[in-house]
Amino acid sequence: MMGIHPVILWTDALVWLLVAGFAFALARRDSGLRKGVARLTRAPVAVASGMVLVAYLGVTLLDSLHFHPAAGDSGVVSVFDLLLRPLQRVSEKTYSAPLADRLFVQEQVLRPDGHQQRVYPLLAIVAQQAHGHAQPAAAVWYGVLQGLGLAGASAASVLIWFRRRRAARAALPPLAWRTALVMWTVGCVLFAVTVQLAASWHVFGTDKVGQDVLYQSLKSIRTDFLFGLLTTLATLPLAVGLGVAAGYFGGWIDDIIQYVYTTLNAIPGILLIAAAVLLMQGYIEVHAAHFDSLALRADFRLLFLCAILGVTSWTGLCRLLRAETLKLRELEYVQAARSFGVSDWRIMWRHILPNLTHLVLISVVMDFSSLVLVEAVLSYLGLGVDPSVPSWGNMINAAQLELAREPVVWWPLTAAFSLMFVLVLSANLFADSVREAFDPLGSRS
Amino acid sequence: MNAYWLRRLLYAIPILIGVNLLTFWLFFMVNSPEDMARMHLGNKRVTAMAIAQWEVTHGYDKPLFYNAGRKGLTAWTDTLFYTRSIRMFALDFGQSDDGRDIGREIRARAGPSLMIALPSFLIGLWTNIALALMMVWFRAGWPDRLGVALAAMLMSVSSLFYIMAGQFLVARLWRLAPVSGFVPGIDGWRFVLLPVLIAVLSGIGNGSRWYRSIFLEEAGKDYVRTARAKGLSESRILFRHVLRNGLIPVVTSTVAVLPLLFMGSLLTESFFGIPGLGSYVVDAIAAQDFSVVRAMVFIGTVLYLIGLWLTDLAYGWVDPRVRLS
Repeated sequence: MMGIHPVILWTDALVWLLVAGFAFALARRDSGLRKGVARLTRAPVAVASGMVLVAYLGVTLLDSLHFHPAAGDSGVVSVFDLLLRPLQRVSEKTYSAPLADRLFVQEQVLRPDGHQQRVYPLLAIVAQQAHGHAQPAAAVWYGVLQGLGLAGASAASVLIWFRRRRAARAALPPLAWRTALVMWTVGCVLFAVTVQLAASWHVFGTDKVGQDVLYQSLKSIRTDFLFGLLTTLATLPLAVGLGVAAGYFGGWIDDIIQYVYTTLNAIPGILLIAAAVLLMQGYIEVHAAHFDSLALRADFRLLFLCAILGVTSWTGLCRLLRAETLKLRELEYVQAARSFGVSDWRIMWRHILPNLTHLVLISVVMDFSSLVLVEAVLSYLGLGVDPSVPSWGNMINAAQLELAREPVVWWPLTAAFSLMFVLVLSANLFADSVREAFDPLGSRS
Repeated sequence: MNAYWLRRLLYAIPILIGVNLLTFWLFFMVNSPEDMARMHLGNKRVTAMAIAQWEVTHGYDKPLFYNAGRKGLTAWTDTLFYTRSIRMFALDFGQSDDGRDIGREIRARAGPSLMIALPSFLIGLWTNIALALMMVWFRAGWPDRLGVALAAMLMSVSSLFYIMAGQFLVARLWRLAPVSGFVPGIDGWRFVLLPVLIAVLSGIGNGSRWYRSIFLEEAGKDYVRTARAKGLSESRILFRHVLRNGLIPVVTSTVAVLPLLFMGSLLTESFFGIPGLGSYVVDAIAAQDFSVVRAMVFIGTVLYLIGLWLTDLAYGWVDPRVRLS
């Protein structure tokens, strides 16, 4: 075993920075963020959807720790890949249905007596098991028991830990305990059942080249999650900077900024994105030499895509922040600060911006879910992430032809849509809760 | 009053100029015609000759802003900026990469787009309002809660799923409608049915949820309480008071979308093989045809600005309290 050679892709750095920044903001005792979070953890829906989101985020973070497997090897592997190694270990020849024993298509084989015969060959994953294998039902039951045990043990240990430490208990925000416990148990059971089944079968089947679909759909989590997260992040500098400036300074600055965002808003979003992506593709093709590895190129493309979407979609938040700043500017405490001779920048930074954070936060959470959906559409239009990157959009795109097959190959599509649905649904529910928790007056309809 | 509308209309001109400059900058200065030629001819081993040849055949062999080789006014008009950008204001879009007139293509394709988009829009609007009213009628009861939960789930489903699943179930499995295709005129109703159904279904989640919140806000107002105190029946309150006043924000916001219906829907049209403007854009993107994308950006902007103008009109029309000066 040689040393590990870490690789930091641009998107890796950004997502880790983002999480670190959020944790830092949360750790400050006086921040309004903590109050909002405390309100969130009391709401069962928020706890349930939030736990799902945290699970997706966890996968994203694990999948954002990249390294070269060996010195001199230009391939890039993530920590999450190591965890998924069992899924990658066995690959088949081509399609196989979820939990199937045999291949989905027939194959010519030569029988010992010299005759040709068409059979459905046994899958490699089944053949490799030495002493036969159990029925899926048995594995599911075993998984359920294991999951329940895991959930019970972890809950008990947390309980005991908190019993011992009164201080830790006091620092904890109020929590919808029952929901958290139920969700944790469901999560544990799902995890254990999947692990049990994945040992002897391809849980979501295999795709055209015999790759495990579960592996692909799990690997897609990072791409789609990052796409939603980094894009909303990319809108913030423009939206916040220009929105606050327009509202605070007014006059010709306001006129110019309003003109810019009305103009950008007037262009149908998807066309502007299409134009920018076509240009980016041209740039990458012409400057192919700049990107020395495939992973680097794909990463640049993902990052650029987020930037493009950020630049085309900051206008809504900007308009909202401008209107709010207009209101805040006239309030007494801002007037007082101004009459004391506090500089404009300081007023904006200390007095205006903190009162806008809830709007920014709500907008970020609300946009996230629609962006995950947009990723799939962009991939379909050929404007999405690099085709070599696993993403739900790319899976759906490939599955289009599979739906036309007879008999139909439905599992890659189903897997991609289900994982996407769970993420988007929990993001939507979470967004509703965040809006209620952080904006009780409903200043954003 | 008329002066106001005129001023609002004139307000669109600088925006249109801005969009035009932006697209010109993107397509001709960020990405030079030479880059475009390289992309089309394949990046490897392209001779300078081949690039020059491509630029001539597609009319890109001109200077950007000023043609020093010409005299008088033609020094300005025989440039890329004039032929590609200024001419757009006269709705002259030039030719696409495969040599067809873009303007004619757009005129021919707007009809089919509208045939899908208009029924989808009207039926969708009606369905969403009806569902929202139903949820408001049963507010805080189980039909409301069920409706809200269902709407949250419906809006979390990818639009691609609606189209692919609908096409697979209705057209392929049950054989109730053709999988794809289009026939102009009344005979084409069979081809319109499924796309419209799917478009309506995929819009229910967002739409009904949004209208519900509008109607709920209206139902909480004082005049509704007064109406109830006067002894009006609940249905009369809902339909005469809540619906009518709640429609104000609905109408003003949907009016903005009306002109954009001409643009059609990218996904629906390309999945169902409808020769509209949506599939035109999809094909142009796939073929990396920049002139078509630029033309569609321009058209889309014009339609959006018309929608903005109509919204202003609608505010004055629906709500007599709005006084404009």
